[in-house]
Amino acid sequence: MRVEQISVFLENKAGRLAEVTRILAEANVNIRALSLADTSDFGILRLIVNDNNVAKEALMKNGFTVGKTDVVAVEVEDRPGGLHKILDSLFKANVNVEYMYAFVQQSGSNAVIIFRFDNLEEAVRVLQANGVTVVEAEKLYSI
Amino acid sequence: MIYNIEFETLPREALEAIQLRRLQAVVERAYAMVPFYRQKFQKTGITPADIKTLKDLRHLPFTTKQDLRDNYPFGMFAVPMDNVVRIHASSGTTGQPTVVGYTARDITTWSELMARALAAGGAARGDIIHNAYGYGLFTGGLGIHYGAERLGASVIPISGGNTKRQILIMKDFGPTILTCTPSYALHLAEVAQEAGVDFKDLRFKAGIFGAEPWSERMRQEIERKLHLSAVDIYGLSEVIGPGVSVECREAKKGLHVFEDHFIPEVINPETGEALPYGETGELVFTSITKEAFPVIRYRTRDISALNPEPCICGRTHVRMNRISGRTDDMLIIRGVNVFPSQIESVLMEIEEVEPHYQLIVDREGNLDTLTVLVEVGEHAFSDEVRILQDLEKKITKNIKELLGVSAKVKLVEPKTIARSEGKAQRVIDKRKF
Repeated sequence: MRVEQISVFLENKAGRLAEVTRILAEANVNIRALSLADTSDFGILRLIVNDNNVAKEALMKNGFTVGKTDVVAVEVEDRPGGLHKILDSLFKANVNVEYMYAFVQQSGSNAVIIFRFDNLEEAVRVLQANGVTVVEAEKLYSI
Repeated sequence: MIYNIEFETLPREALEAIQLRRLQAVVERAYAMVPFYRQKFQKTGITPADIKTLKDLRHLPFTTKQDLRDNYPFGMFAVPMDNVVRIHASSGTTGQPTVVGYTARDITTWSELMARALAAGGAARGDIIHNAYGYGLFTGGLGIHYGAERLGASVIPISGGNTKRQILIMKDFGPTILTCTPSYALHLAEVAQEAGVDFKDLRFKAGIFGAEPWSERMRQEIERKLHLSAVDIYGLSEVIGPGVSVECREAKKGLHVFEDHFIPEVINPETGEALPYGETGELVFTSITKEAFPVIRYRTRDISALNPEPCICGRTHVRMNRISGRTDDMLIIRGVNVFPSQIESVLMEIEEVEPHYQLIVDREGNLDTLTVLVEVGEHAFSDEVRILQDLEKKITKNIKELLGVSAKVKLVEPKTIARSEGKAQRVIDKRKF
């Protein structure tokens, strides 16, 4: 039920993001989804890639600080209110979303959104109880 | 004006006779009362009776900041605590402060020297002194305060901070003398301007600025912006506090050391050899009248040179050049002493942080800024912005609590901090003195 995400610490200066994409390209890693959170000083790049181990190793070899986190990929109906339905059920169950971002491709006619929860198990339980499809890691990489 | 015309203009010969008599007395007292001095003298095979001339001072061992720390807190006191009426302290390299004590007579001496210093800068009875040096363990605030009262001036004990209120009081109380760090003087000018207050319309005529190194260029800027005459004052708590030496407003060329109370030397910091007048090296002081906390050949780590030329003001006391640097890595940031090792110990206490850091010191506008770059390793890293920001806040708070200085903490990528020959460059000081 969980998907592994890698995150990279970036200083807020020119060329750092390009450096990450260069390293991943050279390591033949495909980026499936990403989000960049930033402050005035630093940024955190979060990535879903096709091969976490290769990506992590390549980045660390080049001096980056890399972390791994479990996130959840959720299918969202691609129509008005689709996302709201999911967030509303989580809110009612008192599950917090730390952050979220969209996956690049769709799963059939549904959008896929990556969620980071404070309580992953509880979140998955709530989502499934509400009939929401949680995408398995293997399936996600093959979308 | 010369506050103590008799002692400040003593002919050299008479001055040296007084120095020798007082030196012999203080060496005898330190030897008798402070185990540290007795042991150190015995190790070098010296007794107080060996001090026959002023030159013999050179045979005595040095005292260092480490010695003071080893005898923390009161081990260097030469009188029983019954006779100590005041305790001050300055920051040390490991968070352990250096503690100094004063007898009632020491306070009288210090007040007299500060009265002399204020007078040398242009203050007199009838003046209103706006004293924006910090009050507390730091010697700056109370040192000036007692000197101002001794002089017969009216003192406003405003202390540091709350700059807007300071401007209001300057407008309403009409102080004529300003005492604070030179960088705070310029900060006051800036805040006054923002508040629509022109120093031209205030009553200031002179300022006595110190507790941090500054330059001739900065003096010109202060004099222009604050419309007053600015002189440099020097001191350190280990010797007495402010009032070890001061510039006269007549010459503004070097600081007269109050030689009837302190014997200055300049030494080669590598060899310890005493250098002749005019040569640049590390300043060393022997306090020859202090009772509670006498220091024998105390190494200040400040770099200067002594100038014996007669001064147009009439004072016969030797002058020391402006401090041009330090022989150790101590930084003075907004008047606060900061050692890089102190920052390191703050970082070491935070588990997830590795001790890869760099200090960037700069001057923005007129205030010193300290930026601490900290490398983010795997332990500290998180995919959540909030956690990293909390870490920044925690480091900032701990630095403020331990060192009393506000720093900006900036998280950087690993290996950002240049490591030269295996040793990281810990400090980049961009200020120009």
